[in-house]
Amino acid sequence: MDLATGIEHVDWSRLQFAVTAMFHFIFVPLTLGLGFIVAIMETIYVKTGDEYWKMVTKFWMKLFAINFVVGVSTGLIMEFQFGTNWSNYSWLVGDIFGAPLAIEGIVAFFLEATFFAVMFFGWDKISKGAHLFSTWMVAIGANLSALWILVANGWMTYPVGAHFNPETARNEMLSFAEILFSPVAITKFLHTVASGYVVAALFVVGISAWYLLKGRETQFAKRSIAVAAAFGLITSIFLAMSGDESGYEIAQKQPMKMAAMEGLYDGQTQAGVVALGMLTPGKRPGDDREPFLFDIYIPYALSFMGYRDINAFVPGINDLVYGNPEQGIPAASELIERGNLAQESLAAFHDARDRGDEIAMSQHRSVIEEHAPYIGYGYLSEPTDIVPPVALTFYSFRVMVGLGVFFIVLFAATFYFLRKNTLENKTWFLRLCVLSIPLGFIAAQAGWLVAEVGRQPWAIQDLLPVQAAATSIGAGAVQITFWLFVLLFIIFFIAGFKIMLRQIVIGPQGGK
Amino acid sequence: MFGSMEHLTLQQYWWIILSLLAGLLVFMMFVQGGQTLLRTLAKNEEEKALIINSLGRKWELGFTTLVLFGGAFFAAFPLFYATSFGGAYFVWMAILYCFVLQAVSYEFRKKPDNLLGAKTYETFLLINGSLGVILIGTAVGTLFSGAAFSLNQFNLSQWQTELRGLEAVANFFNVALGVAIFFLGRMLGAMYFINNIDHDGLRERGRKSVLVNTVLFLPFFLVFAVWLLLRDGYAYDPVTGEVFMQSYKYLSNFLAMPVVLVMFLAGVLLVLYSVFVTVFKESLSGIWFGGPGAVLVVMSLFLNLGLNNTAFYPSYYDLQSSLTIVNSSASHYTLTVMSYVSLLVPVVLGYIIMSWRAMDRKKITSEEINANKEAY
Repeated sequence: MDLATGIEHVDWSRLQFAVTAMFHFIFVPLTLGLGFIVAIMETIYVKTGDEYWKMVTKFWMKLFAINFVVGVSTGLIMEFQFGTNWSNYSWLVGDIFGAPLAIEGIVAFFLEATFFAVMFFGWDKISKGAHLFSTWMVAIGANLSALWILVANGWMTYPVGAHFNPETARNEMLSFAEILFSPVAITKFLHTVASGYVVAALFVVGISAWYLLKGRETQFAKRSIAVAAAFGLITSIFLAMSGDESGYEIAQKQPMKMAAMEGLYDGQTQAGVVALGMLTPGKRPGDDREPFLFDIYIPYALSFMGYRDINAFVPGINDLVYGNPEQGIPAASELIERGNLAQESLAAFHDARDRGDEIAMSQHRSVIEEHAPYIGYGYLSEPTDIVPPVALTFYSFRVMVGLGVFFIVLFAATFYFLRKNTLENKTWFLRLCVLSIPLGFIAAQAGWLVAEVGRQPWAIQDLLPVQAAATSIGAGAVQITFWLFVLLFIIFFIAGFKIMLRQIVIGPQGGK
Repeated sequence: MFGSMEHLTLQQYWWIILSLLAGLLVFMMFVQGGQTLLRTLAKNEEEKALIINSLGRKWELGFTTLVLFGGAFFAAFPLFYATSFGGAYFVWMAILYCFVLQAVSYEFRKKPDNLLGAKTYETFLLINGSLGVILIGTAVGTLFSGAAFSLNQFNLSQWQTELRGLEAVANFFNVALGVAIFFLGRMLGAMYFINNIDHDGLRERGRKSVLVNTVLFLPFFLVFAVWLLLRDGYAYDPVTGEVFMQSYKYLSNFLAMPVVLVMFLAGVLLVLYSVFVTVFKESLSGIWFGGPGAVLVVMSLFLNLGLNNTAFYPSYYDLQSSLTIVNSSASHYTLTVMSYVSLLVPVVLGYIIMSWRAMDRKKITSEEINANKEAY
């Protein structure tokens, strides 16, 4: 099954999808979190009847809407890009991947879309309770949407509940429940939405801090900070916990990603986590160079994080590429051989079917079944092809974790100063809060870099590398659409940013 | 329940759902049609604001229907998704650009410091409402006229022209369908304004617009319909799966499926009746006849296209590569799972109708727009 038709168009498609996904994920986390923050604020308004809370709610709702529309439009692009740029992928795993995507449309998108209009224009048309219900539905709809797409994404990382069908030469679903309740999917969902909640909390705290620095909208800012700091503190702690669980899942299901995250070339027992370090530039698997120019370890931490056992063996990049018989780890060359066998047998199976040779079909089918879990390796040329970009994965992971820890401290301090009623006087801290707004976005992007770059070369772990997943199309065609998207994204970003900034400057009371 | 059904029954069930979604999508294109009427109907900024705000409360539903339509095709007929989207690359990309522009335009148009100015966002809405709709119609036209692709033994598709889908616009009948949907969208858009906006001037101009757009719609629709009924169609043998050309295939499909024919005729009559009551009876309720009429017409065309042993995505390059609901569908298990999920559709429709009714109980007025700070 020769799918790789040159690499240039694949790289352009990867770049196009990466740019779209990263741009999309500037807006999505804010939508996920701000939806709930707005819903909490409106709940306080409905409970207390205090009109001031209504004004607070409406202001954040306005920023939510500006952000929401760009997220929605870029989401549409991603859905269609699966077909336009990754058409082999769409057919080979569409039987599984398409289902959560369609359910997202039926269950989540309509919830968001229907109640979005009611939330914005229904203030004087429906009762307070019905309006509050709409606001919660928008928040829940956005999060449900994330659930289904992350179930699909989780399956790409850990393809359970499916099998390879030689008749159709594609992967087919066996158990929807197994896909939906896969530990990877659940962890991925919880960690991603929690990151969105933290991004939104930082956004609300930061903007409110700016008002306090400017000495305006003081009451508004304090009320907003009270909600957002509490929300942020709880969710940032949860984010760290889900991150730890995510690390455990990665160690179990994607050991190569874990090795890249840690820059770990040679496997170790009682392995430590690199708290701080600089990778040796140009280091390749199998060479004798030291992996780090300098590093500071936390002993035992990696073994414990990955296996809940400080004495556990953590495989390194070299173990996974060249094999480690002592630890029962096969070499990538062996897996490539098994992948080739599966593919050759598949071609032979189809030839036999065309001839009507039932006996040969049966023989080839059993070979395919034995080696199908490694069928994707048949597309790779070299054992080192299974190594993702180590430096990008390693540094992105540190940025994400470092910022995650900082956010917990920031929210705890905000909450403390607020309770002590000293927040207004802490100019340095308020400035820090403002400066922290972009850090939330950076952490979220870094998290996706770890997740997606770290699992290269796989579109579907072990089953389909990206070069086999792409549409067979000229690189020129993809380049044209890529640059058009880049232009569009730049315009949308500047426009959205300027509008958002202007609304903040105008303030919740319209500048009064 | 669904698990015990034959694979073919599930494939037909999902084709019916997709046909319904296609119908609803075209109905929701009243939003796009309305966008193209912005400069024609509105004589001043106030009227423009009324139109934008009326549409701005519904655009997400059309957008979401498009997303669901794509997602449902992906899940139920992934080979079509892979073949058409990956093959007719430039057409689908052009459609994407047109639709991406829509989302931001409503929200950004009147906001201070919006970078491009209100007129640019209005132009975006015009592009979305005209080019976007015509291109979608043209792409749908290829379901009847065929496309230039082939499949290898593993069902992986290869597009056979360098134009990557743009060749579809060279077929007059594809474009005729696109233009017909464009004018239908404008008719429905005008009827929607008449129903939704309490403004005498807009209602009066809306009625004229319904008439003019009906006159423009009919020739394109008739040309397409006559071409379809008289042309040879792509049939397949249900036993061997072999695809072959059959004279008057689409006409014979209507005759073989009288319910579908009745749906088609009832839909056409409803659309015409909606025009009649809007223009000559000065009724505000035309959209409630025209909308379901459009749904029935489009749905019946899709049912005609995919059922009764017809290839719904034919390849004129390699006849045997043509896609049918049998050879392009998801597995029995996936269709079963998806069928259970489809039971939620009535619930979704229920809350959409409820919220729509709640929001439209009071018609949009200038006073409301002027008083509402959230207005677009």
